[in-house]
Amino acid sequence: MQLPKMFKEKDGIYKKEDKVFAILLLPFMVTFFFFSILPILSSMGLSLFDYDMVSSPIFIGVDNYIRMFTADAVFLKTIGTTLKFAIIAGPLGYIFAFLLAWMINDFGPIVRIILTFIFFVPSLSTNALYIWQIMFSSDSYGYINSFLISFGFINEPIQWFQNTDYNMLLILLVQLWMSMGICFLANIAGLQNVNVELYEAGAIDGVRTRWHELWYITLPSMKNILLFSAVMQIQSVFSVSTLITTLVGYPSVDNSVDTIVSYISDVGTTRYEMGYACSLSVILFMIILFIRYIVGVVLKIVGKNE
Amino acid sequence: MIKKKAQYKRFTRSKIGNITYFTILILAGAFMLLPLVYCIVTAFKPLDELLIFPPRFYVKRPTFKNFLVIPSLLSNLNVPISRYLFNTLLITAASTTLSILAGSMAAFVFSKSHLKSRNLLFTVVQVMLLYNVVTLAVPQYLIFSKTHMIDTYWVYILPAIPSAVNCFLMKQFLDGSVPDALLEAARIDGAGVVTMYWKIVMPILKPAWMTVLLFSFQSMWSTVPGGTIFSEKLKTLPYVMSSVAAGGIARSGSAMAITVILLIPPVVVFLVTQSNVMETMSSSGIK
Repeated sequence: MQLPKMFKEKDGIYKKEDKVFAILLLPFMVTFFFFSILPILSSMGLSLFDYDMVSSPIFIGVDNYIRMFTADAVFLKTIGTTLKFAIIAGPLGYIFAFLLAWMINDFGPIVRIILTFIFFVPSLSTNALYIWQIMFSSDSYGYINSFLISFGFINEPIQWFQNTDYNMLLILLVQLWMSMGICFLANIAGLQNVNVELYEAGAIDGVRTRWHELWYITLPSMKNILLFSAVMQIQSVFSVSTLITTLVGYPSVDNSVDTIVSYISDVGTTRYEMGYACSLSVILFMIILFIRYIVGVVLKIVGKNE
Repeated sequence: MIKKKAQYKRFTRSKIGNITYFTILILAGAFMLLPLVYCIVTAFKPLDELLIFPPRFYVKRPTFKNFLVIPSLLSNLNVPISRYLFNTLLITAASTTLSILAGSMAAFVFSKSHLKSRNLLFTVVQVMLLYNVVTLAVPQYLIFSKTHMIDTYWVYILPAIPSAVNCFLMKQFLDGSVPDALLEAARIDGAGVVTMYWKIVMPILKPAWMTVLLFSFQSMWSTVPGGTIFSEKLKTLPYVMSSVAAGGIARSGSAMAITVILLIPPVVVFLVTQSNVMETMSSSGIK
């Protein structure tokens, strides 16, 4: 008889608490709604309109979507660049971040902290980009240019960031340099937390090489962290734009390295074609979601026997 | 929280494995470190050494001159440099603090409340991990424009408050570090929700909000105004510093000096929060 009453009382307390909890949730939820949910919902809506922010929106159905795939070469080019960039820089940065974390994990605490620090520093501030701008500056005083000239590899200084043969490669390099951020830290922490008993049990069960150990024990036991860092990696490679606009400028020669984010911002906030910019954003949102789904499926394979 | 590594015999690498291991590590280390070394070296070069051809990777007579001339390089601005510094400090402090408060309150609700909608809402937050401020910039611009926030501090501060990753990290940490029994005991002692949040949850959550502090600080500190800021008075320190970097070879020493200066605060914040970050990130997995 005592028990049900106690539960009722508890329910009463929870109900009272619910109101306070709801209030605590409010500041986050309100700002979250206005700056995360509403932008997505309103882009979906406005993508069906022609809207220049001055006159009222005109409904044009899916014309914006037809336009981008049939009459907009710059869109096709920038989305291509973005995907190319994401497909190369994404996995590369992701694997590099894991690999370094895994290697560092073999050291004792002090060396590990020092190495973590060295690898993490470049990602600490986007201002560090200027280092590359000066190293690869286009005159012959640029460190790389003068190095190549003095060794006779080239005669004329190369305009690194303007040259379509090199700029994509360079940007990938800089992106890789700056990408040992949150994923890298998550990996280090995740590796530290793998239950050591699993390794011991694995050794008894026939795990014989470090690669086996990695595939059958380490990776499966940090699957959640791997998914988290994959999500962070997707977020960062698809939003790359400052990096490129700082080093190369916008638009780049032939739009060779312009990303979809830079293009959307050009269409929306410079040309005020808001309806069209919104439809481009919607496509970007969908691509990101799709890639996230694929990555989720791929990560399920980890640790499985073939 | 981080468990000590047990002292059991690991598989040793083969000789080739060892060579590969250290080669990769040294190459990666050089790739990460050399640009920074070059930056620091250049920042201390006197003018004649900056102009030596080909440039050297070391400095013979280090000088602080590149640092000392920065104020004069920026003296012809319409707005004093202190204003840019103030703007950056203001937006960094405001959005970091507000983001920690709003995010930790929400994390507490997501983790420990009995609200029916909490799981659904947290799922939405997890989806939003995919979209950062950059991806959402143009749709957000519409909202700023409709609410007349263009050209105010709000465009820096408000979108940074509901950071999905901040809330997510704190929620995951809370799940693993605050047992329900502890809150139950507090309830019996008559503690309300707010007391539980402030007296119990926040102290335990410290590693997580220190981590969020690092990530918020790091991103706000390097914020440059986008298309939503026109007034020079509202622009930020990294923005004005970038104009120096564009000044060519003779200024490269000062540009590097500025880069060094701008890197110091986030480095200090990282060194202070470092152990907390490791503790928090270990619970960061997506279930």
